[in-house]
Amino acid sequence: MSGTAPPEPKISVRNLNFHYGKFHALKNISLDVAEREVTAFIGPSGCGKSTLLRVFNRMYALYPNQVATGEVLLDQQNILDRRQDLHHLRSRVGMVFQKPTPFPMSIYDNIAFGVRLHERLKKGAMDDRIEAALRQAALWDEVKDKLKQSGMSLSGGQQQRLCIARAIAVRPDVLLLDEPASALDPISTLKIEELIYELRQNYTIVIVTHNMQQAARVSDYTAFMYLGELVEFGDTNSIFTNPSQRQTEDYITGRYG
Amino acid sequence: MDLRYLRRRFTNVFNLGMAVATTVLGLFWLLWILYTTARFGYHNLNLALFTQDTPAPGAPGGLRNAFVGSLIMIGVAIAVGTPAGVLAGTYLAEFAGRRRIGEIVRFFNDILLSAPSIVVGLFVYSVVVSVTGNFSGLSGGLALAIVLLPVVVRTTDEMLRLVPSTMREAAMALGSPYWRVVVQITYRAARSGILTGVLLGVARISGETAPLLFTALNNQFWSTNLSKPMANVPVTIFQFALSPYQGWQHLAWAGALVATFAVLGLSIFSRFLIRQRNS
Repeated sequence: MSGTAPPEPKISVRNLNFHYGKFHALKNISLDVAEREVTAFIGPSGCGKSTLLRVFNRMYALYPNQVATGEVLLDQQNILDRRQDLHHLRSRVGMVFQKPTPFPMSIYDNIAFGVRLHERLKKGAMDDRIEAALRQAALWDEVKDKLKQSGMSLSGGQQQRLCIARAIAVRPDVLLLDEPASALDPISTLKIEELIYELRQNYTIVIVTHNMQQAARVSDYTAFMYLGELVEFGDTNSIFTNPSQRQTEDYITGRYG
Repeated sequence: MDLRYLRRRFTNVFNLGMAVATTVLGLFWLLWILYTTARFGYHNLNLALFTQDTPAPGAPGGLRNAFVGSLIMIGVAIAVGTPAGVLAGTYLAEFAGRRRIGEIVRFFNDILLSAPSIVVGLFVYSVVVSVTGNFSGLSGGLALAIVLLPVVVRTTDEMLRLVPSTMREAAMALGSPYWRVVVQITYRAARSGILTGVLLGVARISGETAPLLFTALNNQFWSTNLSKPMANVPVTIFQFALSPYQGWQHLAWAGALVATFAVLGLSIFSRFLIRQRNS
């Protein structure tokens, strides 16, 4: 299946196949991710949406039996090329995981850790960078007086916003969100969704979600995947109001998945 | 119907009772040991124990040289065994993973962990003592290091593997090289667990007698020279307790009391660290 082509693709996926050992997890995927828009991947468990997301920063490269073939172009550069420097790639493509993953260190150091990997900043510049990241992640007012406290001491929702702040402090172009709200309560979820809406002005965002209402609320484009295939891809409005594939319609109306 | 419930209740009470009884049985011996060492050692606890060296039979004295010798050799064991053990454990948990080589190393480490410590003593005797030509504190420390090593390898391995892989992924996703993830993230997450492992290992080696019999031997006099035989608590207790002299027997009890409660204190302290980690 081919996707609709938004005007300026930030990421272009071409004939992507993915294997976990012998298991063929992604089958010939092609789609474009628009710049500074929110693209959502939906589909039932095991459909490959998280796998696809983890190709964009080559997270899968941590595991020796996971192989991707095809092309994934980030600003026209194929990131699957073996010459691609993974550390540089991940400084451009940030990721936030399903479970909040604060590091066992202070709130300040949680964010500084990522920045220090790529830049040498003086104390003042680092302070500014951290404040800016926390403000963008809508967490500054809650933590500004306790930056020295452990990141583990925050609530689940705050931890997740800390992880978002940590990701944007590195100044990536793209943010990958892997079910960022599925472990959170409704109020924290709402905050994360509002945050995604704000962040799309500056970042290209790709979000994987189980929650179709969430996809409908936060995304501009939606891809529906099933059993490793891209069934349908288009702007969110038409996917949810007027899907062209029977499978998509069945899924969004809750007939399976 | 009623009968079935009655039987279930009986089974429950019976099993619970057996569980409690076996627990009490285990604790009973421990408490008896503690009580006996305290009862016989208590009278002989005095300042001289820590300020005077081991005496000739019949003369007054203490165990100062033995305590200091033990501390020095434990220090050598920690200095040698901990870095090697932590690095090997790191290799197993972070780099060898579930690969074959990792499983093989783990297997041999477990063998070393359960090797009789007298074998370790004989080994160090044959490769150090018989080569240098004399018993020495250094060889004693090395023998203790070999006993300590597998304990540290194992706890480091286990504690690092308890760190959720999502935390490593999160750090990698920021563009971190893997070594930096290990040094700055997973070590920090596993720090108190690893420290606990080292403390438990130290508690274990501080009572070891067999590895020291063929290596450090013992020394009646004050000596901090690592190339000479060195006094130590376990061997001194062993010799004094077997001796016919009452003064020496009293010192042996006092030494046993101090050693036992030092180990107890160390274990409690490491439990305390674990609890702090969990809260």
